[in-house]
Amino acid sequence: MDALLAITIGILVAASVYLMLARNVLRFIFGLVLISNAANLTIFTAGRLTEGAPPLIPAGADAPLGDVANALPQALVLTAIVIGFGLFAFALVLMFRAYTTLGTLYSDDMRIAEPREEVGK
Amino acid sequence: MTWLLATPLVLPFLTAVAAFLLRTRPAGRWISVAGNAALLVASAVLMTHVLREGVIAGQMGGWGAPFGITLVADYLGAVMVVITAITALAVSVYALSDINDRKEHLGYHALFNVLIGGVAGAFLTGDLFNLYVWFEVMLISSFGLLILGGSKAQIDGGVKYVTLNLISTILFLSGIGLLYGMTGTLNMADLARTVPTLENQGLVTVVAMMFMVAFGVKAALFPLFFWLPAAYHTPAFSVSAIFAGLLTKVGVYALIRMFTLVFDGDVAFTHTILLWIACLTMVTGVLGAAAQNDIRKILSFHIISQIGYMILGLALMTPLALAGAVFYLVHHIVVKANLFLIGGVAERIAGSTDLARIGGLYKSAPLLAVLFLIPAFSLAGFPPLSGFWAKYILVAAALEVEGWIIAGVALAVGLLTIYSMTKIWAEAFWKAHPDGTEPVLARLTRAERAQLLLPIAGLAAMTLLIGFFPEPFVTFAETSAAQLLDPSAYVNAVLGGAE
Repeated sequence: MDALLAITIGILVAASVYLMLARNVLRFIFGLVLISNAANLTIFTAGRLTEGAPPLIPAGADAPLGDVANALPQALVLTAIVIGFGLFAFALVLMFRAYTTLGTLYSDDMRIAEPREEVGK
Repeated sequence: MTWLLATPLVLPFLTAVAAFLLRTRPAGRWISVAGNAALLVASAVLMTHVLREGVIAGQMGGWGAPFGITLVADYLGAVMVVITAITALAVSVYALSDINDRKEHLGYHALFNVLIGGVAGAFLTGDLFNLYVWFEVMLISSFGLLILGGSKAQIDGGVKYVTLNLISTILFLSGIGLLYGMTGTLNMADLARTVPTLENQGLVTVVAMMFMVAFGVKAALFPLFFWLPAAYHTPAFSVSAIFAGLLTKVGVYALIRMFTLVFDGDVAFTHTILLWIACLTMVTGVLGAAAQNDIRKILSFHIISQIGYMILGLALMTPLALAGAVFYLVHHIVVKANLFLIGGVAERIAGSTDLARIGGLYKSAPLLAVLFLIPAFSLAGFPPLSGFWAKYILVAAALEVEGWIIAGVALAVGLLTIYSMTKIWAEAFWKAHPDGTEPVLARLTRAERAQLLLPIAGLAAMTLLIGFFPEPFVTFAETSAAQLLDPSAYVNAVLGGAE
């Protein structure tokens, strides 16, 4: 299971790096979503995996009996998903605004804030 | 203890809510000023307690460390919160005149105070995942502030700022996941205790490098700084000033914290890299500044070169060098925010920040000229201003470990800083205005003059204070460095000495 998830993370990272190297910022954003999910899976996997052992405490007991799944990484991932979703929503709207105000989605053409030096003048 | 640590976090958020509800009324902007004044009081109270007791820690929600979220204030954390409050107060007064109604209606003051809350949280937290959350709070509000107004340049700068910062966030998050996987804890004091006992120290160094890159982007280190000069000159001057003063410094703080507390096992490897990065950051920043012809662009590149000095202090890892880094942090936040505020006044009365299109400020606005000279000379390291002592300590620390080249680089970068400052002086202040107009301060109304110049004068007074009476500040920085190098007080305060 660990190996499977590790390979999945690797594929996600590879795909997202490929997307993020694109000049089109929309592709970049999609890459960012993929890599943030890879990071979430990394946390999840790093917290050790268990099969079919929900972290429940039986009635009457103070602590879980036997091995149970680690709930903390799941809480962390949940937080990270929520934050990541907010950031992604913002980034997507920003890219849309960039497209409408700057008229381009290509990062090479976004030179308003840092204009190119006019060579030879 | 808990309320003492939680107040500086809660106050900005309460202020933000009130400012948001009243955003269409004039009261909204005064709430921001009042909230930041209250924050200054709260942080000063926290500071007096820290001075008395060394390190104080509080467990949130009654969950004992290392299971709950811990807030900690040691000397470094406390002084950073105080300086955050001072800068925030100055900028919120300045914003009274600088921020137009439209931006206020869009919620400028609310975003500003959320940003301050995020910064204060990052300085006070003792939990790694909580640090990530504070970074995000800070980041999302800084996104909003940066593009508020929506000019073409802002959107353009915003795209680069947002994308590069999000990459750093993801690296940070992956690093946290891996570190948790290795140690089973996220409490920084507990990490300090657990990490040295791990078998696979090589893996620790790998994770350390992930953190170095993640915080390096936030702190705008070479070669990860490109988002900063792309974005910092585009928003309102208040926003530029608070970004310049605080945001990169949170990255520096996080680097200092993690690389003294947790990742100090393989200093020969990690800190040598930091040393190279520090030198390259100083040099590229100052050379980038020399090539610019806009006040804000020059100042933006100088942030980068100054960050190099602070990282130099961390990289040398001696008591004197760390004291220099802490002193530098405090001095730099005040000076840098002030220079951006002055740039804002220059634009208001002279019409631009482009050096080719302005001039005559010395003749027409001598008061502004004097107020500019104080932080500008301090930035360049003229005695007896605060920057001189900061650079002096760092160069002395470099010489102490016989780092002749490093000391030479630090001194040469100081010289080049003078070049940039004299360029601003000669172009904006000395030469006549190209239009033949006189940029007098009387172009501003009386209220505007008070609201714009008062914070500048206040921050300049602080620079003079640190400069003329450096003794208590240096002693403070040395104690702070001692705490960083021997984290036992920090660890004991958090974990209560309980095993």
